[in-house]
Amino acid sequence: MELYDLTIHEAAALLARRELSSRELTRAVLDRIHQVEERVEAFVTITEELALKQADDADKRIAAGDAAPLTGIPAAIKDVICTKGVPTTCGSRMLANFLPPYQAHVTERLLDAGLVMVGKANMDEFAMGSSTENSAFHPTHNPWDLERVPGGSSGGSAAAVAASECIYALGSDTGGSIRQPAALCGVVGFKPTYGRISRFGLVAFASSLDQIGPLTKDVTDCALVMNVIAGHDRRDSTSAPLDVPDYTQSLITDLRGIRIGVPQEYFVEGMDGQVRASIEAAVNKMAELGAEVDWQVSLPSTGYALACYYIIAPSEAMANLARYDGVKYGYSDRRGDSMWRNMELTRQHGFGDEVKRRIMLGTYALSAGYYDAYYLKAQKVRTLIRREFDAAFQRCDVLVTAVSPTPAFKLGEKVADPLQMYLSDVCTIPMNIAGLPAISVPCGLTEGLPVGVQIMAKPFDETTILRVAYAYEQATDWHKARPNL
Amino acid sequence: MAITREEVQHVAMLFRMSLSEEEITRLQHQLSQIIDYFQVLQQVDTEGVPPTSHTLALENVMRDDEPRPSYPSEDILANAPLSEGGFFRVRAVLE
Repeated sequence: MELYDLTIHEAAALLARRELSSRELTRAVLDRIHQVEERVEAFVTITEELALKQADDADKRIAAGDAAPLTGIPAAIKDVICTKGVPTTCGSRMLANFLPPYQAHVTERLLDAGLVMVGKANMDEFAMGSSTENSAFHPTHNPWDLERVPGGSSGGSAAAVAASECIYALGSDTGGSIRQPAALCGVVGFKPTYGRISRFGLVAFASSLDQIGPLTKDVTDCALVMNVIAGHDRRDSTSAPLDVPDYTQSLITDLRGIRIGVPQEYFVEGMDGQVRASIEAAVNKMAELGAEVDWQVSLPSTGYALACYYIIAPSEAMANLARYDGVKYGYSDRRGDSMWRNMELTRQHGFGDEVKRRIMLGTYALSAGYYDAYYLKAQKVRTLIRREFDAAFQRCDVLVTAVSPTPAFKLGEKVADPLQMYLSDVCTIPMNIAGLPAISVPCGLTEGLPVGVQIMAKPFDETTILRVAYAYEQATDWHKARPNL
Repeated sequence: MAITREEVQHVAMLFRMSLSEEEITRLQHQLSQIIDYFQVLQQVDTEGVPPTSHTLALENVMRDDEPRPSYPSEDILANAPLSEGGFFRVRAVLE
């Protein structure tokens, strides 16, 4: 086994026993990046010098007996999360040269824990997309098949973990942007409850839906990262003032007493047969581990979630993206003869196609005469979707579904048809609408491509999700599968 | 087509974003298709259902009214395309 293939918990044990230094581990991961990055293209920025300096700092901390579980472990950070003094581009031409003047809350927490940052991970521009093809810089390739997409928008983070170009990564999830790429790249991806992790320093896409979360090689690592990044922060007024449990306490292999529901509506039309079979097999495995299963749960409004999302998310995005004016920071087109003309040109030339499409959708949905028919209607349907989940969680502890109806698709396959691209998030969007926590865990391979199973629970019940995910993972070997690169 | 060429231009200007002729043509087609898809929501009975703007049981989160240092203006202006004398510089706003 190569050093770069280690998980957080394996590496941390070696670091603690002084059988490995952070410098050696970081060097191994950086060498791995040099070996495969030309083919995978998971990063926008590689921060080699910074990583080696942070590794030396971590080694000093470990020597002083001051180590935490993440100290000295190399990570990739999605390029939508502000890193002070390190370019944060959001995959956009608009922010190609932006240097954040502050740290995001999550990077601050990770730095306190002894972060070694190897780079900023590629993404769909402003986190809008499902394939990472909307990056203004370059697409990212799926390490399992370089002709295919890694999913998106956190495709760089997922591909970097799958290709062992980092030990773990952070992503963000507005409609599936952590879970769908995690599923397509065969890694663990967790979107916690809306409000569980501070969004301070996460460049805003859709503020009522955005949430940061970890992408890791297994569920234990997921719990370890959650322990560091979860919790209240006064700089984000939507971060929940709740205590955070020790998530590693959830890592038990017994599912007795757990009630699992399988919502029928998530076996959507067009779902790949092998994906469906993998999900059913995963549920059967959970039943073997002691869980009770109700195969007939119904969430009738599921079919409306996608339309609801593509009204609400662009409406919020349009308001958030109005800050890019070519005046305060970012790309500035000054070929016009007035401030207003320059603003118009800055946006035309600074934003890519998908971002413009969403801005247009959001502006249209909020414009005079259409507000009630689109935005207000979508918010009411959002209430109905939430109520159905609330009712289901009266009877079930977790719901289990597919993450993506298909495995990774080919690069270029859906670029010309936005609606087809949007449909790849049909199973992940409802959780953002309802603010629920949900995880993607590897549960199979179909024609050599990974499949992920999604486990969700009621708000702030991350512990039950991690328990089910861990028990399932420990009873199977899917998380040990690695791509041949 | 659910949306006309003029509407595409109007909506773009509401956001203060210019578009090329080719972009207007493409967006007219794509937005029409997506907005047609939105009509599915009209089938849902939402009579008496309150809207959800966010999913947290939090309202009116206030901070204590304590003065705190802000970011140094030079740090903030460091990213500005143009600045002068501690201000952002822009082209004439008034004709």
